[in-house]
Amino acid sequence: MEIAQEDTTTLSTPKKTTTVTGSVALLEGLIAEGTETIFGYPGGAIMPIYDAIYDYKEKLNHILVRHEQGATHAAQGFARTSGKVGVVFATSGPGATNLVTGLADAQIDSTPMVCITGQVFAHLLGTDAFQETDVINITTPVTKWNYQVTDANEIPDVLAKAFYIARSGRPGPVLIDITKNAQLQLFEYSGYTPCNHVRSYRPKPIIRHEYIEQAAALINGAKKPFILFGQGVLLGKAEQEFKTFVEKTGIPAAWTILGAGAIPTDHPLNVGMLGMHGNYGPNVQTNQCDVLIAIGMRFDDRVTGRLDKYAKQAKIIHMDIDPAEIDKNVKADVPVWGDCKDTLRLLTKLVDEKVHEEWHNEFKAFEKTELEELIHKELNPETGELTMGEVINQLNILTKGNAVIVSDVGQHQMIACRYGKLNDTRLSVTSGGLGTMGFGLPAAIGAKFGAPDRTVVAVIGDGGFQMTLQELGTIMQFGVDVKILILNNQFLGMVRQWQQLFNDRRYSFVDITSPDFVKLADAYHIPGKKISEREDLASSLEEMLNCKGSFLLEVMVSKEHNVFPMVPQGCSVSEIRLK
Amino acid sequence: MTMSNSQDIDLAAAKQEFTFTVYTENQIGILNRIAIIFSRRKINIESLNVSPSEIEHIHRFNILITETEEVVSKLARQIEKQVEVLKVYYNTNDDIIWQEMALYKVPTDTIAEKVLVERLLREYGARVCVIRKDYTVFETTGHRQETDKLIEVLQPYGLIEFVRSARVAIIKDSEGFNRKLREFEKLEPGQDVIENEYLDRKKDVFTM
Repeated sequence: MEIAQEDTTTLSTPKKTTTVTGSVALLEGLIAEGTETIFGYPGGAIMPIYDAIYDYKEKLNHILVRHEQGATHAAQGFARTSGKVGVVFATSGPGATNLVTGLADAQIDSTPMVCITGQVFAHLLGTDAFQETDVINITTPVTKWNYQVTDANEIPDVLAKAFYIARSGRPGPVLIDITKNAQLQLFEYSGYTPCNHVRSYRPKPIIRHEYIEQAAALINGAKKPFILFGQGVLLGKAEQEFKTFVEKTGIPAAWTILGAGAIPTDHPLNVGMLGMHGNYGPNVQTNQCDVLIAIGMRFDDRVTGRLDKYAKQAKIIHMDIDPAEIDKNVKADVPVWGDCKDTLRLLTKLVDEKVHEEWHNEFKAFEKTELEELIHKELNPETGELTMGEVINQLNILTKGNAVIVSDVGQHQMIACRYGKLNDTRLSVTSGGLGTMGFGLPAAIGAKFGAPDRTVVAVIGDGGFQMTLQELGTIMQFGVDVKILILNNQFLGMVRQWQQLFNDRRYSFVDITSPDFVKLADAYHIPGKKISEREDLASSLEEMLNCKGSFLLEVMVSKEHNVFPMVPQGCSVSEIRLK
Repeated sequence: MTMSNSQDIDLAAAKQEFTFTVYTENQIGILNRIAIIFSRRKINIESLNVSPSEIEHIHRFNILITETEEVVSKLARQIEKQVEVLKVYYNTNDDIIWQEMALYKVPTDTIAEKVLVERLLREYGARVCVIRKDYTVFETTGHRQETDKLIEVLQPYGLIEFVRSARVAIIKDSEGFNRKLREFEKLEPGQDVIENEYLDRKKDVFTM
């Protein structure tokens, strides 16, 4: 933003040009965009850029990951905690194909990311050259935009466009594939101009005030209104507007997994998590409310359960920046297109101040049931094996809800998200839409760079950890302060749970063996500890959090513990089961 | 936005032919971006026409599929969401005037001997493109059934080759399209695609 303002003042004076290579122009552009950290891995086709960055070590902090997938997840973690665009470098061919999982994850979870891949010389395109792969076509379904540069003259404008597209509107990943000749090519560089407009691209739909008015009328007339909020609130940096809206209307609000933290966990109007393993009240009440206000969320099937039995009794207000989300899964009675930072502000002006006490008490009753029948046992067991819930609960006590909690995918993720205490926004980083096992460890590395003053705890299962554990090397080499908390149930727990519940306990290939994680950490010069007793839990977590630098704590937890509540697949949200 | 009665629901749930009209930037890769929006839902594109519009730098797609309106409206939004797509319309057959063009190559001797060429031309609105000693090429435009009919007629006379174009469609209710496009291009001129000068300089370039 500041750069844009500066530029308008210099616009009238003719620009001086300097002769630079495409690679240098790229790095200058990244610096102009405010990039400080790059996650990458070199290779043949991106060598000119790596040669150029050798002279930019002071300005650009390049983190050498151990696998390109790790670079994408680290960039995602960085973007989630910092609110900025994550940047990735990778070479052509296998380097580029290794980005695909991270791109897909960023695409479905709307994470702003700019990936730069090297490509073979332009004249070799299409010849099956060494490490040539058709990256543009491979990544088209998993990018918001991608572009192949074959001439250095294009680099400044294309990079500017990439950053603009990645972070504006509904954010997403962008990939620029730069042929080696363009990286080497000398050209007349006239400086970097940030982009703030692409003529065929409308990042923000025009707000239609009649819909704001209709939404306000529905809300003001509602007896049992209910808010569902998602990551859109965070992406729109609208946490304050959202809080004001919720507090003025007094409407109970429940979050999707990626919306966690938009208002603090302890906020009196925060009634909990939605979805398959969400809280009891929010799921049941979805089918009891009279007006459903969905803000920056997309009615994922893990949130809605069976669609034809989803909130049929309610009038639906759907607020989203992406018109393609309106009516995609759930028909909206009032579609409120627009950036929720703007629409919430407008809507808040028109809504009445209310309390909805009775309606709140219903939520409290559900909460009490869930606490008594489930949560209490999960968080405070006195005998038997350790539960994942009590580990997270103990962690909350120690971090007081001020740490970044990065989770991987599976049972531990559901537990970490259900019970993790978040006092602030951007404290929860997880792979929501794609459910990428192996996301946790590299994402935690990026999360730490995005929030250097925060404690970052990576909660990871024994399965997911083994998918990307090579990033321990990155943690070692760059001294990244990440607290690794492995919840080891010696199973691929979520699949095992489903096999238990729906496949007659036919445990098919979910019995996973692990190496000695503490020894493994030791090989990377990361201190570690393994515990399995309740009496060691608090002190070990404390040791982990107090350790200067990274630490790996492996906690052996109950092998066949199931995550509940659960909305079984194909069931309505109101058929949620507590056991 | 909501469906008010059961009749509407039936209409929205019934599959029928829809023609998309898509205005895009002239960019490499945009065809693929649009095509995969259909293929990821396992929807077959029955006919596809892409060509420059009346405005430089802007291309116009016509895409024909058979689907329910509910799905079609979602597809339209997902297409319009693509960065390089300017605008998407979708229409039923009642909303558009459309044509397909077909070419028929037949042996000249048989045709000259056995067919009443004049009748053929009149009845099927065909034109002759080329007459050579060995073959003749007829051309006709129309809907699928009309171009199909002429195949039937010519088949017994040794049809050598046949080709049919994609559907091109004009939207009946599209007053001011051209003006809007022109104004748009005037306000925000498009950019030329940079040609890659290295593509033809193989020997001059160092390779690793």
